[in-house]
Amino acid sequence: MPPETTTQQRADVIHNIGYRHYDGPRLGRAYARRSLFSQSLRGAYGLGRSAKSKVAPMLLAAVMCVPAIILVSVTVVTKGDQLPVQYTRYAIIMQAVIGLYTAAQAPQSVSRDLRFKTIPLYFSRPIEAMDYVTAKFAAMASALFALTAAPLVIMYAGALLAKLDFADQTKSFAQGLVSVLLLSLLFAGISLVIAALTPRRGFGVAAVIAVLTISYGAVSTLQAIAYDQANTGAVSWIGLFSPITIIDGVQTAFLGASSAFPGGYGPGTGAGLVYLLVLLGLIAGSYGLLLRRYRKVGL
Amino acid sequence: MIATESLSKRFPRVTALDRLSVDITPGVTGLVGANGAGKSTLIKILLGLSPASEGRATVLGLDVATDGSAIREQVGYMPEHDCLPPDVSATEFVVHMARMSGLPPTAARERTADTLRHVGLYEERYRPMGGYSTGMKQRVKLAQALVHDPRLVLLDEPTNGLDPAGRDEMLGLIRRVHTDFGISVLVTSHLLGELERTCDHVVVIDGGRLLRSSSTRDFTQATASLAIEVTDTAAHPDGTAALRAALAEAGLEVQPASRAGDGAPASEHVLLVDVAGDETYDTVRDAIARLGLGLIRMEQRRHRIAEIFRDDENGSGGAADAA
Repeated sequence: MPPETTTQQRADVIHNIGYRHYDGPRLGRAYARRSLFSQSLRGAYGLGRSAKSKVAPMLLAAVMCVPAIILVSVTVVTKGDQLPVQYTRYAIIMQAVIGLYTAAQAPQSVSRDLRFKTIPLYFSRPIEAMDYVTAKFAAMASALFALTAAPLVIMYAGALLAKLDFADQTKSFAQGLVSVLLLSLLFAGISLVIAALTPRRGFGVAAVIAVLTISYGAVSTLQAIAYDQANTGAVSWIGLFSPITIIDGVQTAFLGASSAFPGGYGPGTGAGLVYLLVLLGLIAGSYGLLLRRYRKVGL
Repeated sequence: MIATESLSKRFPRVTALDRLSVDITPGVTGLVGANGAGKSTLIKILLGLSPASEGRATVLGLDVATDGSAIREQVGYMPEHDCLPPDVSATEFVVHMARMSGLPPTAARERTADTLRHVGLYEERYRPMGGYSTGMKQRVKLAQALVHDPRLVLLDEPTNGLDPAGRDEMLGLIRRVHTDFGISVLVTSHLLGELERTCDHVVVIDGGRLLRSSSTRDFTQATASLAIEVTDTAAHPDGTAALRAALAEAGLEVQPASRAGDGAPASEHVLLVDVAGDETYDTVRDAIARLGLGLIRMEQRRHRIAEIFRDDENGSGGAADAA
């Protein structure tokens, strides 16, 4: 390959040149923050890392998209008049895959820097704790958004192919995107806070899975009991206590979704406002906690 | 390069720096102190990462309290501990670190290749760093501190964990950072002997206080001695005694090595001669030649910081033992 040959030649030529000073531009904090963001985002899909670390994220991304492709094929073939699954419902159905991806990638993004003590090298450079946290948070949220938005794009493309109503589909698609954006921010925040507590990647993975699944398990059990006792008000409020049901509540109240809660008793607009506040509070709170954590890590 | 003015750093229970005032000029400066003497605390403050309790400090003319980010753009830092992820190659890692210092992608790649070559890493640089020897890891750590062509590098215990040969190579490299690259160096160590050969200037701190700051020549003049070991011959069955007598006659201070408090192996066959100046070497050589003895070794003795404390404090404090 031509590029390799040129490097070879160049290496030979410069062999005896002494030290050269760098007098080009230094692009400062904002550039460093962007570089860290893109490195972390690529890393979340194993790009720029070993072949082995590409397997898990790529596989999960594929698993995430396959059902969407099937849904679309069914709609196109049967000439149905709507998609079998709502855009907003897709992430709720696939939450296990999203949870697994989050649990695998959040610790790899932050625990490694703690474990191998690379953090001091970052903070001995122009960036500060805030830049590091912002870049890592944005990268994790973007990676999750890519994972959750890709199947929605497939569904939307399929819906247009099947000649479903354009205006209707576009509106639902946009609502779906807003919903997965919120989900990405929430999952990124929670998982990074947990992962940043431990330099051990294994602990991080286990803790993130535990928090996401145990909270969901507990919430849906309680909701089922409340539903049995015909306490529908409780059903809609209990959803506040696990990440995915918070998203469900918010999108039921504001994004035209039909709730996945038992009996479909999602929160109304009033309760939905509480859901939205809790959601935004959790995102902001996890950002704040991360900042506090990294102010302390230092050198 | 660096100036501090009654710089203090107090933690709830300990005082890490106690009214430290030093002025560090361009060149290679050694910062010597026992573990816990305040070296790492000083570096953190100089990088603008930890506010001082009182006093002020400037690095490259910039105030550490307000211009931390600007200082860190012009300064390189090599930490004492391991800081390399094992599953990436040296090239990838150093390129990333160069970009974190603000270098555009192309420049980052070029500077990485240059810098790794300068620190002596060739084909290995494409392999994951987990498989590197300690010496190679130290080189990568040095490379990431130099990759953005800083005006000053702060090296925290760069010879830690290296064998004697690796130590010498690293010290040679540090010397070159200044002589060939024109970058000023502040290097910490708890071994004074190491820094004697590398540094232009040595600053000794203990318990956060300045013990001494002077050019390396002052130190060596005060402390240098020469270890000599010779063979016995038929004419002189006890060559060591004969040489000792001859050197004493020539007016040199000679002791058997057993008096040494410097931790080197003591032996009755090793003589320690105080170096008065360059002519001392000639006197020793001539005396040995005249006696017809075989010279096994003649080397500069390394001194530990303990001796400085002993000289400076006349054995009054417990500092020598603590060190």
